[in-house]
Amino acid sequence: MFDVIVIGGGVIGGAILRELTKYKCEVCLLEKENDVCMGQSKANSGIVHAGFDAAEGTNKARFNVRGNALMPAYAAQLGVKYKNIGSLVVAFSDGDLGTLVRLKERGEKNGVPGLELVDRKRLRELEPNISEEAVGALFAPTGGIVCPYGLTIAEIGNAMDNGARLYCNFEVTTVRREKDSFVVGSADGREVRGRVAVNCAGLGAGKVSALFGDDGLRIGGRRGEYLLLDRADGDFVSHTLFFTPTRKGKGVLVSPTADGNLLLGPTAEEVEDGGTQTTQEGIASVIAKAAEMCRGIPFRDVITSFAGVRAYSQTHDFIIGESERTEGLFQCAGIESPGLTSAPAIAEYLVGTLLRKKLKLEKNPLFDGTRKPDHFFKDLSVAEQNALIREDPAYGKIVCRCEQITEGEIVRAIRRNPPARDADAVKRRTRAGMGRCQGGFCQSHVAELLSRELGIPFDEVTKSGAGSELLKGVSK
Amino acid sequence: MKTENAIVIIGGGPAGLAAAVQAYDSGARDILILEREPRLGGILNQCIHNGFGLTRFKESLTGPEYARRFERAVRERNIRAMTDTTVLSLTRDRQVTAVNAAEGAFTVRAGAVILAMGCRERSRGALNVPGTRPAGIYSAGTAQKYVNLKGYLPGKEVVILGSGDIGLIMARRMTLEGAKVRAVCEIMPYSSGLKRNIVQCLDDFGIPLYLNHTITKIEGEKRVTGVVVSEVDGNKRPIPGTEMHFDCDTVLFSVGLIPENELTKSAGIPLCAGTRGAAVYQNRETEAPGIFACGNVLQVHDLVDFVSEEAEIAGRAAAEFVSGGAGERDAADCVNGKNVSYVLPQKIDKNLRGDVKLFFRVTGTFRNCTVLAESGGKILAGRKRRIAVPGEMETLLLPAEKLKEIEGELVVRLEEESWK
Amino acid sequence: MEIKHLTCIECPMGCALEAGVEDGRAVYVKGNSCPRGKMYAENEVVCPMRVITSSVRAADGRMISVKTSAPVKKSEMLEVMKKINAVHPEGRVRLGDVLAAGIADGADLVATDDSPL
Repeated sequence: MFDVIVIGGGVIGGAILRELTKYKCEVCLLEKENDVCMGQSKANSGIVHAGFDAAEGTNKARFNVRGNALMPAYAAQLGVKYKNIGSLVVAFSDGDLGTLVRLKERGEKNGVPGLELVDRKRLRELEPNISEEAVGALFAPTGGIVCPYGLTIAEIGNAMDNGARLYCNFEVTTVRREKDSFVVGSADGREVRGRVAVNCAGLGAGKVSALFGDDGLRIGGRRGEYLLLDRADGDFVSHTLFFTPTRKGKGVLVSPTADGNLLLGPTAEEVEDGGTQTTQEGIASVIAKAAEMCRGIPFRDVITSFAGVRAYSQTHDFIIGESERTEGLFQCAGIESPGLTSAPAIAEYLVGTLLRKKLKLEKNPLFDGTRKPDHFFKDLSVAEQNALIREDPAYGKIVCRCEQITEGEIVRAIRRNPPARDADAVKRRTRAGMGRCQGGFCQSHVAELLSRELGIPFDEVTKSGAGSELLKGVSK
Repeated sequence: MKTENAIVIIGGGPAGLAAAVQAYDSGARDILILEREPRLGGILNQCIHNGFGLTRFKESLTGPEYARRFERAVRERNIRAMTDTTVLSLTRDRQVTAVNAAEGAFTVRAGAVILAMGCRERSRGALNVPGTRPAGIYSAGTAQKYVNLKGYLPGKEVVILGSGDIGLIMARRMTLEGAKVRAVCEIMPYSSGLKRNIVQCLDDFGIPLYLNHTITKIEGEKRVTGVVVSEVDGNKRPIPGTEMHFDCDTVLFSVGLIPENELTKSAGIPLCAGTRGAAVYQNRETEAPGIFACGNVLQVHDLVDFVSEEAEIAGRAAAEFVSGGAGERDAADCVNGKNVSYVLPQKIDKNLRGDVKLFFRVTGTFRNCTVLAESGGKILAGRKRRIAVPGEMETLLLPAEKLKEIEGELVVRLEEESWK
Repeated sequence: MEIKHLTCIECPMGCALEAGVEDGRAVYVKGNSCPRGKMYAENEVVCPMRVITSSVRAADGRMISVKTSAPVKKSEMLEVMKKINAVHPEGRVRLGDVLAAGIADGADLVATDDSPL
């Protein structure tokens, strides 16, 4: 019997799970895929927003500004890369400049510190590659970037280190009430029992809510396509660059990522399903929009394109709180941008205020909120590297040459919480295969390590769970 | 662990091995090869097909056979090679930092460095091919490694994008191993692969080659289930209405090779936009004194025979550099002119001895044409070609005595009319 | 008379060849631009032969690359492949070792690499 069942292993579910382990309670996380962080948390812009976008008084505004303030320490404690690079909303017309003035006022009402309008000249000093057409910008010094999958995995891993349980390949298909608890079942017949449940199921939140008896949650999906450029281009811009928002949304951004790549995107396309395919039109539109923002983007250094689907609610605001129809079901739904930024603040409120009251939770004195990073060898000093290699020679073997990831880091990612059980899971944790060759050189080596560590035949190693086996059998 | 070496060679593939042997035979003794894989030989170890060495040895060797000849030559000379050793960084003043399990991270100060890191394959991502990202999408070289070195089949029903030699070789290889290759698509109007490979890898097995076609969509959630292939127009844009659907569980990409110059860049050595390798003098010395480059890290070759030849130039020059240091330069730029996409070397030092073999690629298919090198209005070298194609590297010999006649820059171009 | 169409592989020209075949012999070759093209077509229409390169799985599970020591009939390639797949050498293999004598008419199966140490 768990006190809390968290459904959905994204950045919100992970933050809530970890926050819960700060208290004396039994908690578990149900994830429908073979690994955590398989939905929108793995495919988004990785931006830590300052908080001037959302209207005053909304959940988005409140949690964004608080999340932004929490993020530096939160990421540091979890060993995740965060950089406070600042953001610029760039204006291309007098109309845009007017919008920036209103954005600044809104941001100040929301409590965003340090907002500053910069003129054409100053903008060029800040960003030498900016388009000739740009006329000014709103500078937000608290804007930043964080590795979104790194953060999600670290939250969940740290929660597990503090006693949380993780069930993967657990797609919730049945829910029944028994006395004062829920019994939540998966397609393969497994069941877990809990006093309350937190619905962080992203795109699936409406469906999960309905299984709990609350069919009032309407979730839509918006697909965003991205292009990722080589790490060599991470310094092409030094801030996150946004277009001035229009009624249609925030548009394509140009930004370094926390790991030093250059990211372009996203598009915004309403979708019925959660399909994350990229399209010719989408890729072309990202290229065209990014080229409007900056001069001379080295498009030939694109290493991959990808898409994520952002879930939004019927209110277009975050829905956070206990269901009005089903007691004991807590919703965290419609968490679109700025959801990543808001994650620690949402968890703080949902757990620290709502669940603590509901379940009368007491502090867990044994909680240790720190976690070491999943990939780190490259960043160590030579002396530290050598100390590590003496202890475990696997750290002396570079497996992923593009990102300089060692066998030691990969083996550790397979063994530690949350365990990596497929090639993509290793990639999200360690970056092996995420570089310019996209796994061309290292994938077979990673597969061998997975095979050895998991004790499964080489040809049963998958890319991302059952049905995605890398190989089609032995050849002779 | 010794921390100084006369010559450090980064990469123990065909380029590094040939450079090491030649450096030794030119008098150098203190040579260290650093190789990241467990075995010397580089990519040749997985290229188990034959056709290597036809120019150099006048026989058709397989990749491993070619590699072992050079590996033995290295062993016979007792040249030191550290395998399972990855170079992490290189500085302009020739400090090489590497790591392996036995020695840890270590730095070697080198008298000369030879860059021989080879190249990597362009990936699906680099092409912006739309669709999903399921299992079953591989570069041809990755598939080759699974089949030839691991003994596993990456797929049973295959569509290949790109008709470069590796793609063609893998079409045959997968077929012989029992897979069905449904199609090879090539976005260009011609294949960059050798004719021999088109006939013996595709025609022999009835595998269709679609020129002017590309993959416009990859389908499948967990595993590839199919692809959409479209014809492209003259600007390589897909033509609506020409879509064909192929059921398949695997897509292989054979869409070009990119020299692996991350170390070169980190040392601040300037690259050439045309080759994506370092800009070099005819002795394969880069802009950084005492740092040389050869093989596919310098320019992507079609034939390993040329890699060996180029590596020998670099090996000899590195040996000369450590024994005598650098002389005064008298440099001229060597640039590509009409119908030529790049020329190597990019710089000619008129003070260096010997003939200069110019390597270059042409921009299209030309019949009965002339390639020539010109400077200051004078033609210094030229030869007729019955055919020149982008997929086969062209060469032109600039005789030693002509070097002093270079005034300003040397331009290499192709004339479509026969010359003289 | 049977008419066969071939692509010459002797050089990058890739001439489209036409050969008239009677009694298993080429009676004429058209489309070639040099004597090598004619010779290629004459050989190719009679009995096209190919060297097979492949790999075998050694008894210890590791792969060793192999080739046929001489070209084999193109039409028999898949049959020969079946025989190659049944070869599982034991112990140390050296480049040049014959792993299966007479795997096809006039051809042995030969290792093209040393087995890894």
